[in-house]
Amino acid sequence: MALLQISEPGMGTAPHEHRLAVGIDLGTTNSLVATVRNGISVVINDEEGRPLLPSVVHYDRGGCAQVGYGAQTLQSQDPHNTIVSVKRFMGRGLKDIEDIGRMPYHFVDAPGMVQIRAACGIRSPVEVSAEILKVLRARGEKALGGELVGAVITVPAYFDDAQRQATKDAAKLAGLNVLRLLNEPTAAAIAYGLDNAAEGIYAVYDLGGGTFDISILRLSQGVFEVLATAGDSALGGDDFDQRVFCWALEKSNLSFVTPHDMRNLLTRAREAKEALTEHGEARMTSVLMGGETIDLTLTGDIFTDITRTLVNKTLVPTRKALRDAGLTVEQVKGVVMVGGATRMPQIQRAVAEFFRQEPLNNLDPEKVVALGAAIQANLLAGNRGADDWLLLDVIPLSLGIETMGGLTEKIIPRNSTIPVARAQEFTTFKDGQAAMSIHVVQGERELVADCRSLARFELKGIPPMVAGAARVRVTFQVDADGLLSVTAQEKASGVEASVAVKPSYGLTDEQITGMLKDSYLHAKEDVHARALREQQVDGQRLLEATQSALEENGEALLSAEERAAIDEEMARLRAALQSDNLKAIKLAVDRLNHATVEFASRRMNASIRQALTGHRIDELAAIGDQPSTKADVNSAASSKP
Amino acid sequence: MALDFNQDFFELFGLQPRFQIDLAKLEQSYRDIQSRVHPDRFAHLSQAERRVSMQWATRANEAYQTLKRPLTRARYLLLLQGVHTQEETNTAMPAEFLMAQLEWREAIQDARSARDGHGLMHLETKLNRDLAEMHEELARLLDAEKNFPAAAETVRKLRFYEKLQHEIGEALESIET
Repeated sequence: MALLQISEPGMGTAPHEHRLAVGIDLGTTNSLVATVRNGISVVINDEEGRPLLPSVVHYDRGGCAQVGYGAQTLQSQDPHNTIVSVKRFMGRGLKDIEDIGRMPYHFVDAPGMVQIRAACGIRSPVEVSAEILKVLRARGEKALGGELVGAVITVPAYFDDAQRQATKDAAKLAGLNVLRLLNEPTAAAIAYGLDNAAEGIYAVYDLGGGTFDISILRLSQGVFEVLATAGDSALGGDDFDQRVFCWALEKSNLSFVTPHDMRNLLTRAREAKEALTEHGEARMTSVLMGGETIDLTLTGDIFTDITRTLVNKTLVPTRKALRDAGLTVEQVKGVVMVGGATRMPQIQRAVAEFFRQEPLNNLDPEKVVALGAAIQANLLAGNRGADDWLLLDVIPLSLGIETMGGLTEKIIPRNSTIPVARAQEFTTFKDGQAAMSIHVVQGERELVADCRSLARFELKGIPPMVAGAARVRVTFQVDADGLLSVTAQEKASGVEASVAVKPSYGLTDEQITGMLKDSYLHAKEDVHARALREQQVDGQRLLEATQSALEENGEALLSAEERAAIDEEMARLRAALQSDNLKAIKLAVDRLNHATVEFASRRMNASIRQALTGHRIDELAAIGDQPSTKADVNSAASSKP
Repeated sequence: MALDFNQDFFELFGLQPRFQIDLAKLEQSYRDIQSRVHPDRFAHLSQAERRVSMQWATRANEAYQTLKRPLTRARYLLLLQGVHTQEETNTAMPAEFLMAQLEWREAIQDARSARDGHGLMHLETKLNRDLAEMHEELARLLDAEKNFPAAAETVRKLRFYEKLQHEIGEALESIET
């Protein structure tokens, strides 16, 4: 194990240390990892110079996972154990998956999320995704020459809470520190916007392998503000392959094929679709296991015809997003195309026709999401020179709870800017009701049955009261990753009955630890050593951050006594970091965090006051007045444009 | 501290507590504040700073959303005056107003059944005109006359109109699919 570098107390570390961070596009079909090098966002290639990692995982009997091109070649040979498009199963139950009959896997119904039985045992989609992420993490660490501070992982904007939580769990399982879950179209907008110094209203049309997103953003003075987002988390390039596959079966008068043939034909279908992007027609040939021959010619016209409904299906959310943003097609200045599937001429034409302008294709639609994610990862890791832009994103689907009669009461509407919190009061239905069942749902429909169930929990211990007298306050908080937490409290009686829930499909920390241990059985890396190293890095970062905060305004904002208390906890942490005692370091980290809460809030207040002062000075200057004091001039200069 | 969570939303953005506000200034202040408090600025810092950041960013969003929309801005101004708009409990509306509401509903329903997109757009334009008139009325009642009970009633009416707006949106969506 490499020795941890600890700087001399009070010295801080080198100010220009570059923190290693990556952006990861965890795609349905392909995944990528990118990073910012010398101020430029670049995709990290594999050893053979290939940028993409096919999102395919093959398990052998021993439980060894092979990921990427190698796994792809095993697809038709061993379809049951070769998992493709696992993203479609993330955070989904068995009943959510539409074309389940056409997939070669042995699905296992599990609470919250479906699982897959492979040769080596049962695997959750979270574990399968973690295998992909592990390869990308290793690729990043190798290229950058060190351990990563963290990663930004992208998710479709239209992913619900269950799908987001599953993605975050997969990253945790892969040993990645998730700096942020970032919406894919937003990531693309960042890459595009910063590259082109774009200003105005932009639409991002993102058709990936298995998901479709449309986001409407306003770009102005370095602020990326998402106005609305909509989409379909089960619509993508895969569906176009499927249409070609069905067409081929129909033309060849086949009604049933083996899983092996199905895989094979789907691959041929995809190749034919891709060939059409360059040529007017594509030939599709294959010999099936039973000896039947398939030899067809797919023309552009046929393809347009069989996929018309899919193309139109993307325009419905597009209209919805525009309406939610309160905008018309004429107000959209540019349309950024994202995702390999947007290469299809049919899509390009449909989008051009809808927006009455040629879409923008100047960044590689397959790389742009990873590039944007890397730019945000660089910012979040705290690297200098990366802080001159701001991202304001939204939640894609309304959050609410079930009320009487199976109806949904929306608490946070879709397209609310995050982070967001909203509280609402509810009351009892019967006299003496002692408990209240709270059912959290996500979706736009009025009936609970039509929305996604996120969590159910019971608030117990409500004192006896007549119906309608209790006051239960339910608070929803959505963080900057778009993840929800809920608390409830009975107010009228003064009884603190408060509960925090994490939606039930999310894995518990114990489950993750269990999976982590399992994976280390194969990886030969010691779990404890890794946890200790992570904790040491964490502790070291906290020391640095606290140190620089103290240098910045410790003197102005803290009394000598308060300063001494923080110094004491810093000394304690420094001492703990000299040991290999995981628990001691964790305790010291918690104590230092606790000791700096008040300081953090004063720092924030000071910063906000400065923003307001700066603003007033700007206005005064605008009408020709002289700035009054030197301090004010400084704060004006440091306020953001 | 002078600047804290007890500060009202207008103060937070350096605005006078009025119905008629400079929306450009609101937006600029909001952006200035978010660029200082947003969690993206604190992701690499201590847990304490990250928590404070999330609280502030949440509050800035709530404040901005409240002041940006006329209905919520009016409701909030009244709340600052200690006047509750009682939108859920006080349903005693003038008969004439309720009749007009019924007519609106019917017109939307008819256009929806007939899948008449142009008709719905026309209704939307008409509704937006009515909304603009009510906003002017609120400006007069809240800023000039300080007639808060009357303003509260206008807010209640506005709530009905916003529901209509929502219904038109849904109708348009339903005929597109």
